[in-house]
Amino acid sequence: MMLPALMAVLVLGGFTAWFSESKNQFAPRWVAIITLIIAALLLVTLDRGAGQIEIVSTGVPQKWLAAFYRPWIPRFGIGFHLALDGLSLLLIALTILLGFMAVSCSWTEISHRQGFFFFNILICLAGTVGVFLAVDLFLLFFFWELMIIPMYFLISIWGHENRTYAAIKFVIFTQVSSLLMLVSMIALVLINHASSGEYSFDYFKLQNIPLDPDMAFWLMLGFFVAFTVKLPAVPFHTWLPDAHTQAPTGGSVILAGVMLKTGAYGLLRFVIVLFPEAAHQFAPIAMLLGAVSVLYAAMMAYAQTDLKRLIAYTSISHMGFILLGIFSWNLLALQGVVMTMLAHGISAAALFMIAGALQERLHSREIDYMGGLWALLPRLSALALFFAMASLGLPGLGNFVGEFLVLLGAFKVNILLSSVAAIVLILAPVYALAMMQKTFYGPLKNQSTMGDFKRHELISLGLLVLACLWLGLYPKTILDISAPALQQEMQNSVAMKPR
Amino acid sequence: MLELLVWVPLIPFLGFLILVLTPQKNSPAFAPWIGAGSVGVSGLLVAIIGYQFLHGTMQPYHAMLGSWLAIDDLAIPYGFYLDALSLTMLFVVTGVGFLIHVYSAGFMADDPGVTRFFAYMNLFVAAMLVLVLADNLLLLYLGWEGVGLGSYLLIGFWYEDANNGYAARKAFVITRIGDTAMAIGLFLLFTHLHTLDIQELMLRVTRQWPVGSWLPITAAALLLGSAAGKSAQLPLQTWLPDAMAGPTPVSALIHAATMVTAGVYLIARTHSLFILAPPIQFGVAIIGTLTLLMAGCAALAQTDIKRILAYSTISQIGYMFLALGVGAWSSAIFHLLTHAFFKALLFLAAGAVIFCFHHEHNIFKMGGLRKTMPIAFWSFMIGSAALSALPFTAGFYSKHEILLATFQVSPVLWMAGCLGALITGIYSFRLVFVVFFGAQSHKIETKLGWQMSIPLGVLSILAVFGGMLQIPLASIFPALLNTDIQQSFNAVSVITVAAPVIGLLIAVLFYLTGSFSVQQFANHSLLKPIRLFFLSGWAIDALYDYLFIRPFKAITSLNKNDVIDGVYACIAEFSQNLHRVASASQTGRVRWYASSMVLGTVVIIAIGLLS
Repeated sequence: MMLPALMAVLVLGGFTAWFSESKNQFAPRWVAIITLIIAALLLVTLDRGAGQIEIVSTGVPQKWLAAFYRPWIPRFGIGFHLALDGLSLLLIALTILLGFMAVSCSWTEISHRQGFFFFNILICLAGTVGVFLAVDLFLLFFFWELMIIPMYFLISIWGHENRTYAAIKFVIFTQVSSLLMLVSMIALVLINHASSGEYSFDYFKLQNIPLDPDMAFWLMLGFFVAFTVKLPAVPFHTWLPDAHTQAPTGGSVILAGVMLKTGAYGLLRFVIVLFPEAAHQFAPIAMLLGAVSVLYAAMMAYAQTDLKRLIAYTSISHMGFILLGIFSWNLLALQGVVMTMLAHGISAAALFMIAGALQERLHSREIDYMGGLWALLPRLSALALFFAMASLGLPGLGNFVGEFLVLLGAFKVNILLSSVAAIVLILAPVYALAMMQKTFYGPLKNQSTMGDFKRHELISLGLLVLACLWLGLYPKTILDISAPALQQEMQNSVAMKPR
Repeated sequence: MLELLVWVPLIPFLGFLILVLTPQKNSPAFAPWIGAGSVGVSGLLVAIIGYQFLHGTMQPYHAMLGSWLAIDDLAIPYGFYLDALSLTMLFVVTGVGFLIHVYSAGFMADDPGVTRFFAYMNLFVAAMLVLVLADNLLLLYLGWEGVGLGSYLLIGFWYEDANNGYAARKAFVITRIGDTAMAIGLFLLFTHLHTLDIQELMLRVTRQWPVGSWLPITAAALLLGSAAGKSAQLPLQTWLPDAMAGPTPVSALIHAATMVTAGVYLIARTHSLFILAPPIQFGVAIIGTLTLLMAGCAALAQTDIKRILAYSTISQIGYMFLALGVGAWSSAIFHLLTHAFFKALLFLAAGAVIFCFHHEHNIFKMGGLRKTMPIAFWSFMIGSAALSALPFTAGFYSKHEILLATFQVSPVLWMAGCLGALITGIYSFRLVFVVFFGAQSHKIETKLGWQMSIPLGVLSILAVFGGMLQIPLASIFPALLNTDIQQSFNAVSVITVAAPVIGLLIAVLFYLTGSFSVQQFANHSLLKPIRLFFLSGWAIDALYDYLFIRPFKAITSLNKNDVIDGVYACIAEFSQNLHRVASASQTGRVRWYASSMVLGTVVIIAIGLLS
């Protein structure tokens, strides 16, 4: 019952936030905070020590931390089936942490229609949590859509000068690709029906069904494209820079911090486990796309003069590591993928919060308009330095652990691609330090209309600093949670052998 | 007492944390005390540990602080490893580091960012200590990158000047090129040997990999790349002269005494691997030789006091690489030790001159400081004597060892080394004579506080007597093939001793007595281009600018708007055009609809009849 309760809290909180605006203009943000606190408490108190739940499907018992099942549309074998393992637990924890950050950075930035704003934030989070929990393909699709629509509103209502274009681009990219996923999904269900005489959208029943290799490849590709667009990886990435530059800061935090991870999660949970042989065949190409993303986006980031656009491209670069790591499919690389997801979620969210704070202070995102801000905003600048270092992969911070493990795991599989992708270790300081230089160092160019970070911003970003250090210096706690889940995934897809 | 080892890096790190968390607005008076104090305490611990280690069995000591990463066969602990080699490095880092911190308290006293300065310095020292103590290559990499960060922050410390920021970025990015090679090297070593623990790795390397096979050659080449980056050797040396943009104590600590020797330490630490890769080990010697000659020539032409010292650092590290390349491992570390003393001394003395000259760097605008700045003068005399390896100074013992060992391996490299020693003699004393002799050009008020004078005194003593130190490295490195040559008296050792003295005499004739006119030489039609070529550091910066930086900038700015997005824009454009065509047909006129219906029917019937 805990799992549906988690989502119910977010949805109910969303509606309460919306309606509370009529009572008090500032009530919605407090409602949002309280909702997130309740959700966090639910997650912390989640009973995961007592029983590992076994889900028996096609003979192979599956160990999960918690699960929930109710029939939904029995005629087509669609169930409200949720399940939680270490991987989804970590990603949901990240979602809730960044939910707090999204509310925190919208505290003063959003002034009109606060109720509807926080409604959208919370519904978007609910959809994301749903994606991380769903083990029924139809339900997955439902949550996938639930997550996209509020984000469309966030960008198109509270966005910046070019918001309509960015919002429509975002929706078209994600909708077209999720249409491909829907087609693949239905085809898979029909094939299963033809062979077993039973309709089912259940993740566990659709694993290991015999598929014609060509058919498997095309079905796999449908899922792959949907998740890779969301990740995003080159060549499907161009919606992200526009969405990020135009979205309000809170939207960017959720988009970069959590929503991109649904793409990574989907690849890991669905593409490889449902189509292990096809994924194995496709692995070199996927890894190539990953390596290309890593390098291409890093070079793009260097050329940008819009601060948010720059950070958006760094996100694409970091997400390339995920593609590289997942398709290496060994424990080192997969643990690296998990660490990259968490660490990038934290560092990208923090960088967007800083960019948003700068935009609030200077009314510009142009780097060339900034310069010398260290003298004026030392706290903000020092925090930016910290997360720039995280982003360029400084050892001791979370991103390094992830990227190191991914590259090490990938090296075992493909020496050339891993070594080529490692060149990003040179490109990352090129863009990150150029950003630091142009924004914070040199002579002061323009005055800020607001002062340095105050207490609530310091607390929010301080938490992210601590989280980043924790991931970087003592990742054991995280790795221990994700290890059983990853090992199970690897067993479920024996055909995708570690080579 | 050896258990105190873990506190050696932790205390400077705590100092960093305290300083970072104190409000930066009005720099508190306790900042220098915490900054220098934490390094002092750390140095005291090293002294205690060192005493016990050297008077004990000298067995390596291993301290475990916990686990960093553990997945499958990858197990990376926070482990510190103390042996004679890391102990030597600890002495250098905390000892020289402490003196430089004390000096900085005087040098930076009036700077508004003094808290930030000491925070960065402590961070750097902590990272350097992790680097030398790490028992595995990944933890070493953490320290390695950490010192890179410290160096970046300190070079760009005076951030209002964009040039300083540029120098800082250059240093970070160029050393990162080397670091990337190291990262790939780690992947290779781990994939084949399943461990990153240095001692275990060296055992397995020796046991499993045959001499001269591709694995040790590739791995050693990658590690050499990283060492060349950090230690500013060809072809990655270009960042070090620009790194002089940082405050002078920073140049003394990072860009002379400690960080830049990390590459030497790395190669010495993994010498078993290099022994298995003879071509790469010889490559180390070649790189060292080329670098020491190239940087020596560049130093001859510089006019900026700090850039002369920067090129001399590159050159001296070249000697260390030469020593490593010819298998004189302990001589390399010995030279590292003495170099730390005399180069820190030279930089701090240069800092004193710059301090009293209000940040003037050009040596030709100075002159005659012998009387007004006696402390700086004597420090420079001693430092330069040790730098040129004049007999009975610390530098003499170490450089002599290196050159004699080189002769056994390759007389050609030995000749190049002696030529380098001659050049060293010239540029060192050129600096001394120009700055301290001749007519005094400016009136300056000299006021060196005790914080600045005492470190200069201590380092002067070490620069003279540091050569007497006995470091027990015999347990770590394989012995040289033939050791008796070092004692023998023959033509080789006479030439080796004479080379720097000749250099000194040339400097006397040109710059002290004026027997030859410098102006004539400098502006001679043939020599002037060479001088300018040397002044620019052999034009390597310009070369890299054309080869790498400009193409990169051109490509990225050309593609600023992302060609891939253009593809999607085309699709959007195309569908909009389709929409326009389709909507143009929807005119609302019945005539038009009726005639198109008739036309359509005719076409369909025609197709039906004809097919």
